[in-house]
Amino acid sequence: MYQYNPTDQTLVDERVAQFRRQTEQFLKGEITEDQFRALRLRNGLYIQTHAPMLRVAVPYGLLNSGQIRKIAHIARHYDKNYCHLTTRQNIQFNWPKLEEVPDILAELATVQMHAIQTSGNCMRNTTSDHLAGVGVDEIEDPRPYCEIIRQWTTLHPEFDYLPRKFKIAVSGSVHDRAATQFHDIGLHLVKNDAGETGFRVLVGGGLGRTPIIGQIIKPYLEKKHLLSYLEAILRVYNLFGRRDNKYKARIKILVKESGLDKFSELVEQEWLLIKDGMELSDERIESIKSHFELPAYQPDAAEDQTFNQHLQENPAFATWVKHNTVSHKVTGYKAAFLSLKAPDSPPGDITDTQLDAIADLADQYSFGEIRSTHRQNFIFADVRQADLFALWQKLDALKLATPNIGTVTDMICCPGLDFCSLANAGSIGIAKEINDALDDIDYIHDIGDLKINMSGCMNGCAHQSVGHIGILGVDKKGTEWYQLTLGGSSENEAAIGERLGPAVAKDEVTKAITTILDVYVKQRLDDESFLDMVKRVGINPFKEQVYASH
Amino acid sequence: MQVIKDKKIIDDTWQYVADDADLNTGDISVSLTRWQHDKAQLLNSKRKLGIRIKPADSVADIADDLDKVQLIELDFPDFADGRLFSQAWLLRGRYNYKGEIRATGHYMPDQVFYLSRVGVNAFKPENSQQLPAVLANLHDFTVNYQNSIN
Repeated sequence: MYQYNPTDQTLVDERVAQFRRQTEQFLKGEITEDQFRALRLRNGLYIQTHAPMLRVAVPYGLLNSGQIRKIAHIARHYDKNYCHLTTRQNIQFNWPKLEEVPDILAELATVQMHAIQTSGNCMRNTTSDHLAGVGVDEIEDPRPYCEIIRQWTTLHPEFDYLPRKFKIAVSGSVHDRAATQFHDIGLHLVKNDAGETGFRVLVGGGLGRTPIIGQIIKPYLEKKHLLSYLEAILRVYNLFGRRDNKYKARIKILVKESGLDKFSELVEQEWLLIKDGMELSDERIESIKSHFELPAYQPDAAEDQTFNQHLQENPAFATWVKHNTVSHKVTGYKAAFLSLKAPDSPPGDITDTQLDAIADLADQYSFGEIRSTHRQNFIFADVRQADLFALWQKLDALKLATPNIGTVTDMICCPGLDFCSLANAGSIGIAKEINDALDDIDYIHDIGDLKINMSGCMNGCAHQSVGHIGILGVDKKGTEWYQLTLGGSSENEAAIGERLGPAVAKDEVTKAITTILDVYVKQRLDDESFLDMVKRVGINPFKEQVYASH
Repeated sequence: MQVIKDKKIIDDTWQYVADDADLNTGDISVSLTRWQHDKAQLLNSKRKLGIRIKPADSVADIADDLDKVQLIELDFPDFADGRLFSQAWLLRGRYNYKGEIRATGHYMPDQVFYLSRVGVNAFKPENSQQLPAVLANLHDFTVNYQNSIN
């Protein structure tokens, strides 16, 4: 993975010094609450219901074991022994003390980490495919381009005070695992007729209050023009994006209100003026690519016989392999998920002791690297098949081997009313209730691929509008209610979920979910997936049953 | 009042003249509206001239006049309005303006490093107590990932 050079290190060190000064000035009353808010948000620091919340950047989801140990250390010394994975592959601490945040950032800087631009109206952490570099359907590894974008977005002097937040995602494979259609800018590595790779550029997608699917603004962009094209989009957005209403300030509204044609024309005009001066040289691309060379895979890894033997002898292991591992482009290797969705723990949370343990496991089994996923799990990308059995046993002992990846209990869930000052309703409690109701793993496996996303408010941090089943917490006269949607997807067949009907009360959510699952199990055709069935029959069969029981 | 120009504290010789005020003596800056309205009169007055830009103004509108003015002021209504960062970049990078670009109004001393990187070379702080902070913060970072335009 990318290793800092002296420039990268100096930059994060100087950022820590700057934020330390800003925090001291705030605590002495020398800068206002409003000013400090803008400054702390740009360093990942929110003030939440109970305490500040610090969001640490995990650029495109890549971590090494040393970084994981540092995260464990921070959880232990500055927080309550755990942290939380976000849907943008970042890591959040829920209980840091404001006056200690500069020290936390200084600790992060020692392992080449930071919290720069993880919140605020600026360009955020660039996200990508958790299978980057190893996916069997990959066209080209997106990570070098993510790193080029990371550097360009970091402390960009012109675009740090945008109308609203701005998110970029890059996918390098046929199957979009990075939700690029729901980003302010989505980049897809594609091949042109001459067999060269470049980018298909999408703009104006987004979730939140107004979910919109991004539109193609450039079907094919040569790689050398990547940064000039991004700069042209950002300049047009910075100058013309709405600033009168924060709910209409995202680029998706500018694209929608001006129309894609008009918006594209503005971008094209700007781009033609800057593109020649901003070309990425082949040398620069190659030098960044050299940080992402594939590890030294064992050429005879596929010759191992023990893996198949364990599969036959141990059904629990076979189940885990089926659900929690995926194919790797190198035969004899697999990518293995670490499920952070154990039935009795809040979705996406992990403790300091688990973190220390997985750092050791990463060193032992996956070249010292760990990745965070959009669905709030970790993944070891490069595990030899011969090691999977031992890894599974150790993960099982750590409660990180629940075989539920991609299933109904692998829920995406925001911190909700328990932690977040924006939330209207709880989400962790509902997740636990659903988990308790779905305690039959065979039933869960029979249901198959079904993604539940649950957010505690309209801001939609858990991407409920693209959940196969979406659950959105709303406030009705001081009580918590939940709006259900069906049929959303953030993948290739991008879709925004359709509202099932009136919101349901808190104590009826789990029943509604189990009813939806029962309708699916009874009415599906052969091996039809939930999403396919919703497409075929619409929401009515579900609606009738959910509201019939009221 | 003192201001910072080219990383030095100097006395301010400029006065902003409101749209409804009489043109007084000395070096003056005016709004874009007044510039467009009184341009001929202003250019006849044989003194240094400046134009004060607000975030919604288009600098393209004054592109042809830039060789006639010695100052462009970027007037921040509040620090969160980032349009002026792009306006500054356009003035230097697109229209090749060589005169003074000065930040004024309600920006934060913590923003001056970025402003200096998009071509702003002078800063009028909200109050004179901020002068040392503005000067110091111009040196917040010694490294960058993007080119500066100044």
